[in-house]
Amino acid sequence: MTETLPGDAVPNPLDEAAITAAVDHAVAAIAAAATLDELKAVRLAHTGEKSALSLANREIGALPKDQKAAAGKLMGASRGRVNKALADRTAELEAENDARILVEETVDVTAAPRRRRAGARHPLSTLQDRVADIFVGMGWEIAEGPEVESEWFNFDALNFKPDHPARDMQDTFFVEPPEAHLLMRTHTSPVQVRSMLEREVPIYVLCPGKVFRTDELDATHTPVFHQFEGLAIDKNLSMADLRGTLEHFARQMFGAEARIRLRPNYFPFTEPSAELDIWHPGAKGGPGWIEWGGCGMVNANVLRAAGIDPDVYSGFAFGMGIERTLMFRNEVGDMRDMIEGDVRFSEHFGMEI
Amino acid sequence: MRIPLSWLREFAQVPAGATAEDVMAELVKVGLEEEAVHRPTDTIQGPIVVGQVLSIVKEPQSNGKTINWCQVRVVPEGRPQPLTGEGIDPSGVQGIICGAHNFVEGDKVVVTLPGAVLPGDFRISARKTYGHLSAGMIASVRELGIGEDHDGILVLSRIGLDPELGTDAMELLGLYDQAAEINVTPDRSYCFSIRGVAREYAHATGTAFTDPVSKVQVPAVLSGGYGVKLNDAAPIYGKPGCDRFVARTVRGVDATRPTPPWMTSRLRLAGIRSISLPVDISNYVMLELGQPNHCYDLDKLAGDIVVRRATAGEKITTLDDKERTLDAEDLLITDASGPIGIAGVMGGAHTEVSDSTTNVLVEAAHFDEVSIARARRRHKLPSEASKRFERGVDWQVADVAAQRVVDLLVELAGGTADQAGTDVGTAPDAVTIELPAGYAATRIGIDFTEEQIVTSLEDLGAVLEKNDGGFAVTAPSWRNDLETKDDLTEEIARLVGYDKIPATLPVAPPGRGLTRVQQQRRRLIQALADAGLTEVMAYPFVSKAANDTFGVPVEGAARKALKLANPISEEHGFLRTSVLPGLIEVAKRNHSRGFRDLALFEAGLVFLPGEQLGTASIPPLGVKPGDQVLDALYDGVPDQPLHLAAVLTGHDSPAAPAHTPRVWDWADAVDIARMAGDVLGVDLVVTQGRHQAFHPGRAAQIALRTGAVVGYAGELHPKLLAAHDMPARSVALELNADALFEAAADVIVARHISAYPVATQDVALVVPQDVPAGEVLAALREGAGELLEDVALFDVYAGKGIEEGKKSLAFSLRFRADDRTLTADEASAAREGAVAAAHERFGAVQR
Repeated sequence: MTETLPGDAVPNPLDEAAITAAVDHAVAAIAAAATLDELKAVRLAHTGEKSALSLANREIGALPKDQKAAAGKLMGASRGRVNKALADRTAELEAENDARILVEETVDVTAAPRRRRAGARHPLSTLQDRVADIFVGMGWEIAEGPEVESEWFNFDALNFKPDHPARDMQDTFFVEPPEAHLLMRTHTSPVQVRSMLEREVPIYVLCPGKVFRTDELDATHTPVFHQFEGLAIDKNLSMADLRGTLEHFARQMFGAEARIRLRPNYFPFTEPSAELDIWHPGAKGGPGWIEWGGCGMVNANVLRAAGIDPDVYSGFAFGMGIERTLMFRNEVGDMRDMIEGDVRFSEHFGMEI
Repeated sequence: MRIPLSWLREFAQVPAGATAEDVMAELVKVGLEEEAVHRPTDTIQGPIVVGQVLSIVKEPQSNGKTINWCQVRVVPEGRPQPLTGEGIDPSGVQGIICGAHNFVEGDKVVVTLPGAVLPGDFRISARKTYGHLSAGMIASVRELGIGEDHDGILVLSRIGLDPELGTDAMELLGLYDQAAEINVTPDRSYCFSIRGVAREYAHATGTAFTDPVSKVQVPAVLSGGYGVKLNDAAPIYGKPGCDRFVARTVRGVDATRPTPPWMTSRLRLAGIRSISLPVDISNYVMLELGQPNHCYDLDKLAGDIVVRRATAGEKITTLDDKERTLDAEDLLITDASGPIGIAGVMGGAHTEVSDSTTNVLVEAAHFDEVSIARARRRHKLPSEASKRFERGVDWQVADVAAQRVVDLLVELAGGTADQAGTDVGTAPDAVTIELPAGYAATRIGIDFTEEQIVTSLEDLGAVLEKNDGGFAVTAPSWRNDLETKDDLTEEIARLVGYDKIPATLPVAPPGRGLTRVQQQRRRLIQALADAGLTEVMAYPFVSKAANDTFGVPVEGAARKALKLANPISEEHGFLRTSVLPGLIEVAKRNHSRGFRDLALFEAGLVFLPGEQLGTASIPPLGVKPGDQVLDALYDGVPDQPLHLAAVLTGHDSPAAPAHTPRVWDWADAVDIARMAGDVLGVDLVVTQGRHQAFHPGRAAQIALRTGAVVGYAGELHPKLLAAHDMPARSVALELNADALFEAAADVIVARHISAYPVATQDVALVVPQDVPAGEVLAALREGAGELLEDVALFDVYAGKGIEEGKKSLAFSLRFRADDRTLTADEASAAREGAVAAAHERFGAVQR
C-alpha cells in the first residue's frame, strides 16, 4: 500500500482544487529555491515518488474507467506545470550560476602584462617606402646603386666640370687612395646615370638612398643622410611635366591642398634648373614656403654621357631629402634624434609614419 | 653676397620705403635666394647726435683711474634743443662722464643721448656716477657696432667729418642703411656685384636699370703706360691664364686720408672691413662692378710686370704675411724682383700699399677660371678675388673698373692720374648660340611669344639676330654661363617667370613594381620589426679596430677595408665591413640613457674592397665612355652587400604581474637568424661556428644549403662586451642579406599534401657529449628515407642513468606516406633506418 507524507493527505486526482493547491505549493517552492541544490530538494519533494502529485497520479489506476480520462487530463496538465516551472527555474539558476562564475573570474585588465615587445621601423626607412610606393603607383620603378661610387658617376657624368666651384660645394668624402677616384656618393644622382646606361628609354625611375657630405652632426646637419631623386627620360618632356609630377607627388604626400613653387636655381646636371618649395601651412612661426629640393630639365651633357641623344629625348629630374621631409612633415625638431638610434624615437613611430 | 640698399638704389628703381626683405622677395623670383638681413637699426636706435666737447675736467679716482667730466654741446650754439625726453638738457649741453682719453676739448664726437639703444640692448639713460649726473655717452666705433676699434672715442674730424652740432649721427654714419644678403649660385658670377644684382632686380620688377659702367668715362685707347707682358708658357686646357691686363698709374696719393663714412658704411654692410683708403676703394670697385683689382705701391715695383706660370718651388710672401711655396701651375704676377702676387688669388706683401705710399699702380686683369680655381684650392686661399675669378669675370669691364679706381683715388685720396695707361691682351671670341624658334616652348611647356623671347634675352644684354630657324644669340660678356640653347631657355623661363609654367602629368609606361630584391628587403626588415626588434640607422664610419673585430674572419690574408681620405674624425676613419660596430654604439647609448632591455637591428651596406679599387683615370664629361672604360668603372666600385645585423641585451619583455620576462640568450640570436631565412624561404644550416667577436663556445655559423657561409649568430665574446661596457651575455647576429635574397627560389613548387594518417615515433639516442644535435638530426633525416615527414629534437638530457661524457637526445619523428596508411611495421622500419644512420655516424645507441 502507498505511503503518504506525514500530515499530508494524498489528494484525489479528480479533485481539481486540491491538485491545483498541490501544484501551486510545488511551483511556489520551486520559485523559492535559491540554488541548484535547493531546487534539487524541491524537485524530489514535489515530483519524487513520494510527492503528493506522484501519489495522486498513482491513484488514477484505481479510479473507475469513466473517470480515468478526466483524472489523467488533470494530472497531466498539473505535472506539466510543475515540470515547466522546474525547467525554467533550473535554467534561471544555471544562468545565475554561470554568471557568478564569470564574475568570480574577473581580472584587472589594466594590469595585463605586455608579453611581446613592440618592434619598430626607423621612420626614415618607413618614409622612404612610402615615397617609393607613391611613385610605383605612378608606374615608375625604383633604382638603387652603391654608396661608394666612382667619381665619374658622381660628378663628371653629371656635368660637374673638374675645376668648377660646384664640385667643391658638394663637401665630398673621398676614399683612399685618391688615384682610385672613389668617393662616397654626395647625392643619389649617380644612380640616375647608371639607370640611363642600363635601361632603355623611356625611363621613369626613383632613386632613394643614403648620401654623404662632410658636415659635422648638429641640429640641422648630418654627414650621412637620405635622398630620393626622380628621373624621367622620354620624348617631349617639358618643365610642365616636371611641375605636374611634383604637384601630384606633393598632394599624395601632404594632402590635396598641398602647393608647390618653383624658382630658378643652378645645378650642373639640369638646365633649366629650379628650387622646389612646398607651402607649409603649419610651419612654426606661421605659414610659409619651405625649401624642399632641387629639380630641372636634365642637362644635355648628362644625356650624352649616357649615350642618349638630347635632340631626340628630353628629361627631367628632381631630388629631395628624406630627413628634411621628415623634419617638416612630422615635426622632428633635431636632426640628432634621427641619427642617435634612441629607441624612443623609432618606437614612437612604430610601423607607421 | 650682401647688397646695401643705398648702393642698389644708385642703379635700380628700389621704392623709397623698401626693406631688405622686400628686395629679397623680388630677387628670389629670378633665382637669387634669400639668406639674411643686415640692418643696424635692428640693434641701434637714436637719439644719437653730433656733439662738441666744450670742457673736460679730469677727476682722479681712488682706484687709480682718472675719469673725465665733460660738458658736451649737442645743438648749435644759440639754438634751442629740439629733442625732449628724460635726461635731455633743454640747454643743449649735456654733462657726460667719460673714461676714454683720446679726445680733447673742441673735438666733435658722437653722443648717444638718454633714450638711445646701442647694440647688445645697451640702453642709455641719465644716471648718477662718480658723483655726477651723466646724461648720455660719448661713443666709440665699437659701442656703435660699426667697427672693432676700441681705442676710444670716435672723433669725427679723424674720419674727415665736420658736421653741424645736433646732426643725426646715425644718418651721418650710414646706420639707416640696410643690406639684403642673397645666395649666389656658382653659375651666376656676375651677381657677385652690385651691377649684376641691380640688373637682376630690374628683371624681377620690370623696372629700369642703369648700368654703372655707363657712369664711368674710359679713354678710348690706353697706351704708354707701365710695361706689362703676358707670358703664359703653360696654358690649362689651351686657355691662357691671363687674357687681359689693364694697368693705370695715379701719383701723389695721400694713403692716410680717412675713408669717407658713406664708403665704410657700404663696405661694412657688404661684410668688408675698412683697411685704408686705397684698399677700401679697390674693394668698393670690386663690389660695385664685380672686377677684382689690386693697388701696388708703384715705387716698390721693379721693372716690367710679367704674368707667367711659377717655377716649382718658387716662393712668395702674400698680403697675409705668410710665405707660400708655389706650384708650377700657379699663375703669377711678377716684376724684376720675382713674384709680386698670385694672380687672382692674393697680392704679395712686398708691393702692398701702405700709409707712406704716394704713387699707385692699379691692376684690373682678366684671368682664366680654372687657373684661379686650382691655385685657390692648392693654397687654400679663398678670397673675394678668387671667388669671382674662378666663376668668371666680365672681360669687358676691366678698363672700366681700373678707371673707377683711378677716379676714386683722384677724388678721395688727392691723387693725379697719368694720361698714359696699359691695356694688353686679346678678347675671347663672343659666344653665339643658335636658338631654334620653338625650342624654349617645347622644353618649358609655355608657348612663348616671339616678343617674350626677344625681350627676355635683350634685357639680359644679349644680342639677337633672327635667322631661318630661329635666332642667333650672342651672350653678353658678363654671362660666361650662357653656352647652350638650354641656358637661353632657362633665361627666358626665368624672366617670364617660373610661376607661369603649367602642370601636366606625364604617364609612365606600365612598370614592373618593386623588384624581387626590393620586396625581399622590405619583407626582411618588416619581419624583424614585427618580431619585436627596433630598427636603427647608424653611421657607416668605424675604426680599424672595429673592422678587425667584427669583420668576417679571414684566414691568413690581411683584412681589407676602405679608408676615408677626409673623415669627420680620424678615430672613425674607415668604412664598415660589418653593421655590428654601429649597432653596439647605439645599444650603449640607449643603455646609458636607462634602457636595459634592447633588441636593435639595422639593415645597411657594408664595404668590401676586392682586388680592383677604382680606376686610375676617369673619362671626360658630356661623352658616353666606351664599353671597356665603362666596365672598368663598374668593376672598380667595391662590393657593397646589404647586411642585416641585430644586437639583443636584457629581457625580451618588460616585467609585469603574472609574467616573467625571459633573458635574451644566444638561442634568440640563432632563432632570429633562422627567422630571417624563413621569411625569405631560404633554408639555413646552423653549425658550431668560430668568429673572433663571439663567445668561442656559443657562436653559430649560418650557411646556405650549398655550404656558403652567410653569417654568424650567438653570444658576443665576454671580453669584447666588457671592453665595450656592454652588459654580459649580450647576443648578436649578422647576415649577408643579399646572399639570402639570391638563394631564395624564384618559384616555390607546391608539395603534395597527404591526407593519410600520421605515424609518430619518438626515439632517444645516447651519443658522446661533443656530437652536435644538429648533425644527429641530419643523420636521422637521411637514414629515415622518404616516409619521414618531419623530425624534431625535443629534449637533451645528461646525468643520472646516462654514462659520463654522453648525453641523450630525444627526437620526435613523424612518418606519413603519400598513397597509403602506414603500418606500424613500416614506420618502425623507417625509424630503425634512421637510428642505424645515427649509429653508423656517431655511435648513437637507443636508450
